[in-house]
Amino acid sequence: MSINRRQFLGAAAAAFAATALAPGFHLVELALADSPEQGASALKRWGLLIDTAKCSTGCDACVTACNKANGLVSHNRPETDSQWIRKVTLRGEHTGYVQSLPVMCQHCADAPCVDVCPTGASFKRADGIVLVDRHLCIGCRYCMMACPYKARSFVAENITGQIAEVPRGKGCVEGCTLCVERIDRNKIPACVEACNETGGKAMMFGDLKDPESTIAKQLASRPSTEIRADLDLDTGVRYQHLDV
Amino acid sequence: MKTIHYREISGRSPAFYVFMVTLLIFIGAGLASAHYMESHGHHVTGMTNQIVWGIPHVFAIFMILSASGALNVASISSVFDRGLYKPLARLSGLLAITLLAGGLSTLVLDLGRPDRLIVAMTTYNFRSIFAWNIFLYTGFFAVVVIYLWFMMEPRMNAYVKPAGFFAFFWRLTLTTGTGSIFGFLVAREAYNSAVMAPMFILMSFLFGLAVFMLFLMATFWLTQRPLGDEVVRRLKNLLGVFIASVLYFVMVYHLTNIYIAQRRGIEEFILLHGGVYTALFWIGQILIGSIVPLVLVYHPWFRRSRPLIALAAALVVIGGFIQLYVIIIGGQAYPLVLFPGKIVSSSFYDGVINTYTPSVFEIALGLGTTALSIFLASIAIKVLPFLPETLADNPADSVQ
Repeated sequence: MSINRRQFLGAAAAAFAATALAPGFHLVELALADSPEQGASALKRWGLLIDTAKCSTGCDACVTACNKANGLVSHNRPETDSQWIRKVTLRGEHTGYVQSLPVMCQHCADAPCVDVCPTGASFKRADGIVLVDRHLCIGCRYCMMACPYKARSFVAENITGQIAEVPRGKGCVEGCTLCVERIDRNKIPACVEACNETGGKAMMFGDLKDPESTIAKQLASRPSTEIRADLDLDTGVRYQHLDV
Repeated sequence: MKTIHYREISGRSPAFYVFMVTLLIFIGAGLASAHYMESHGHHVTGMTNQIVWGIPHVFAIFMILSASGALNVASISSVFDRGLYKPLARLSGLLAITLLAGGLSTLVLDLGRPDRLIVAMTTYNFRSIFAWNIFLYTGFFAVVVIYLWFMMEPRMNAYVKPAGFFAFFWRLTLTTGTGSIFGFLVAREAYNSAVMAPMFILMSFLFGLAVFMLFLMATFWLTQRPLGDEVVRRLKNLLGVFIASVLYFVMVYHLTNIYIAQRRGIEEFILLHGGVYTALFWIGQILIGSIVPLVLVYHPWFRRSRPLIALAAALVVIGGFIQLYVIIIGGQAYPLVLFPGKIVSSSFYDGVINTYTPSVFEIALGLGTTALSIFLASIAIKVLPFLPETLADNPADSVQ
């Protein structure tokens, strides 16, 4: 059988297109098979309630637990080291009243980091957890400019000894995931666990949308507030006894 | 009307080759720095989790603003029908393209993952100003290339005016987008302001014109082509108007902020006790970048001197760079206010004035991409007829 030049080119183009497209179809298959929506339901909204009255200045159990659970190690460069949760001490400028509280990603319903991210790497899961897709993040740091809570860190150096469930990567932005990998296995975030075990029992985790949950009942019965409530971002992390 | 003759520069002198090789060395150093920053991670730069955008962004935004501003001369000729500016229109379009190329390469090479540029080009979140800007910037290239083609191809000359209109509209949108990168940052007191977009538009008019004047005067002087007083006078007067306009917007921006009690902290920081930022603002931006060039441009003692006009343009470039440094770095140096009325402390630099010292790599990257802009423009005027043979005074123009 002989083919002319035109047929040859046509066949070559078809073969090339098939090679180029096949992985795409495969990806679609994978995406359909393992839809993120299966794990995260919009019927839930995970959140934290932090009672600052129970949080003491010297305690950093939550910070230590977070670093351990997520494999965050210091390179002795505090200006570029990642911090997903930090203890902040407040003193009233006019009153002198001192408080201590942990601050992390507030998992806003209207998250500025999600709005500004050019590639959609910053995203909010159906159950309200704000995350960074490490495959889409190009490291532009616009989310860090936009976040009102200074909740994100940029990975500024090579990472070794990562924890398999918490992938991280140099050149990408990261922040508190609410220990999403633990939540998906019906465990509570590491910081909350540590606070309950060795801290002041100041942190509570639960489903804000379930009126029967302890956290929802607690929120319904006592006053609470958001940090920078003026921005009206509807944060998933709320504070009680916070004098702001 | 007189026919305009355009001609390539010869570009065969040893000086030209030395100049191009020097630019290539800068470009090489910039690329090497970008590679070093990417392979070691950004901890080798001065940028931190507090100052997340550094001097590469100052270079990038300066060039992006200058790019859209450089197109103004072409706009004046085709949109506003000013015949005097027509011979300058090609160069105006060319600089718009090369400056944008320089600015964008700075931004891309500073990314944490520049290798994922393809992700940025294929995956969009349309709520993000950055995503819009990707379209605005790439579109700008296309629009200006078509505009230039219509200008340079006699058969297409009839369409120059609509193309010019479209390019003018596009560049206004583009700079609105650049200003809004900052204007839409609700969390940061230094940025969250609608005045950012118009202020950035005026800044682009000014920086673009200053860069254009410097490039024009330098090339005409080096190639010994006649450059008439009338052209220089018009450009210089326009420069003065733009300096005053930017000053006006700077004043409105600060007055508004001072009036808002919540923002007094950041205003006092920039205007009164911000150390290097206060000095840069008053001495760099206001005195060197605005007052001195205004005097050089308008005072009867100086306004006829060609070198002093070039100096005024150069001071505008320096002042503009400093202005962006104060906006971008100064705005981040002042801490985010999470708890108004509280004295705050933490392990993550809450409540403290953040420090930033640009590393040699970041500066090399910025200089390298600046060199890339100049390199591209110099190659282009050597291979294509962008520059008119003469801009000698035409008696008809002065009475226009």
